Amino acid sequence: MADKRYTRRQFIRNLSLAAAAGVSLPLFSSCTKEEKEDFLQKHFKEMTTEEKKNVIAKLEARYLQKYGKKFQISTQEAVSGTLWGYGLDLSRCIGCRRCVYACAKENNNSRRHPQLHWIRVLRLKKGSLIDLENSEHYYNPPVVPEKEYLYLPVQCQQCENPACIKVCPVHATWKEPDGLVVVDYNWCIGCRYCIAACPYKGRVFNWADPTLSPDEVNTSVHYLGNRPRMKSSVEKCTYCVQRVRTGRYPACVEACPTGTRKFGNLLDPNSEIRYIIERKRVFRLKEDLNTEPKFYYFFEA
Amino acid sequence: MNRIACWVGSLFLLVVFSVTSAMAAAEEFPVSPPPMTEGMFPCSNCHAGMEVNRKKRVLKDEHVDIVLHHAESMRWCLDCHDAKDRDKLRLFNGELVKFTESYRLCGECHGNVFRDWKAGLHGKRTGYFSGGKRTYLLCAHCHDPHDPKFKPLKPEPPPYPPTDNRNGR
Repeated sequence: MADKRYTRRQFIRNLSLAAAAGVSLPLFSSCTKEEKEDFLQKHFKEMTTEEKKNVIAKLEARYLQKYGKKFQISTQEAVSGTLWGYGLDLSRCIGCRRCVYACAKENNNSRRHPQLHWIRVLRLKKGSLIDLENSEHYYNPPVVPEKEYLYLPVQCQQCENPACIKVCPVHATWKEPDGLVVVDYNWCIGCRYCIAACPYKGRVFNWADPTLSPDEVNTSVHYLGNRPRMKSSVEKCTYCVQRVRTGRYPACVEACPTGTRKFGNLLDPNSEIRYIIERKRVFRLKEDLNTEPKFYYFFEA
Repeated sequence: MNRIACWVGSLFLLVVFSVTSAMAAAEEFPVSPPPMTEGMFPCSNCHAGMEVNRKKRVLKDEHVDIVLHHAESMRWCLDCHDAKDRDKLRLFNGELVKFTESYRLCGECHGNVFRDWKAGLHGKRTGYFSGGKRTYLLCAHCHDPHDPKFKPLKPEPPPYPPTDNRNGR
């Protein structure tokens, strides 16, 4: 039976096609070619080598214009046979916050309006290490360490079973083969579900356009790490992906004046981190949540 | 004939062993230059013509900033600094070591710390952990050998609270 009537299905199809055309016509006619390219840019993991190259070239030109400096943007992939782990000696941390500012400097964080830090140093009363709710991170004594306190720096713990990537509705954040949890800042829609999901407060949000003066900018960057970010993207510690994939210690490790911070490859039996795990009494934060952090706290002796 | 061959062989082995162990030691701990006051080193510049005074005393003419707080009741300058060769340090067994190898002297008493330092646990390493130059800090970079307790520091400023106007718009 050949029914020539206009069916409901056809009606809905035509209506939605017309709506899509109607929406996209002003969208693409009113924006520049560059804005259109940004809008249609693919997810980092789905880009071909050619597309990555184009995106890098575009970003380099944009940063050159904005900061007046030539950037080196790396897209280096994870080195096979590596799984990065971190060690932190709580008996030696004096809470001086050198790591916090070294991190912000290395990773091109927004300095103010908003001020974004990837490391938060908690101060706890000695003897109440598990009492994280009553910790203080705005402490400001004339000198540190203070006798009755100990200091617990917290940053992204690079979980093996990260809660943040499970809640991301657009897969803008994922775990790399070397264990680093990274964000594609362009793909991030700024919903901040990951910030709510993270039990360590490891992620921060660009509430406004980041402020970064050209003379403070670090030009050696990684696409998934410390390249300058934009408004409404989430960012976090990546163990300095731009450094560790070339075999260099993270910035916080180099900045620490007491040698509290240790870093290494968990798969290399001769690495510093393996020495720590095998010989010291290590623990991880909130182990009961089954997030399997790769950040090991320990006490000397 | 056999005996000579044996001697030559063992001598050769000894040479090879000492050379490789020296090379290994040099490769194993590339340290940054020791923290000396500018213009102090070499110590023999001044000390070469001076008489050795082994008496325990307050230093008045030179090195007035050095006040020993490091088991001072049982130690004095020449227990660690060599009396004859002032540009060297002296181990218990009389062996002289350079200032760049001062960790060997420290390790004589602080054996467990030395063990952790060799493994990269105590102290700090900077640079490249693979595929590049890695630099170690000497004990003396963080602990003044004459007063080794780590000194308190002024902390960097706390982060702005969310209500601070430097943090909002």
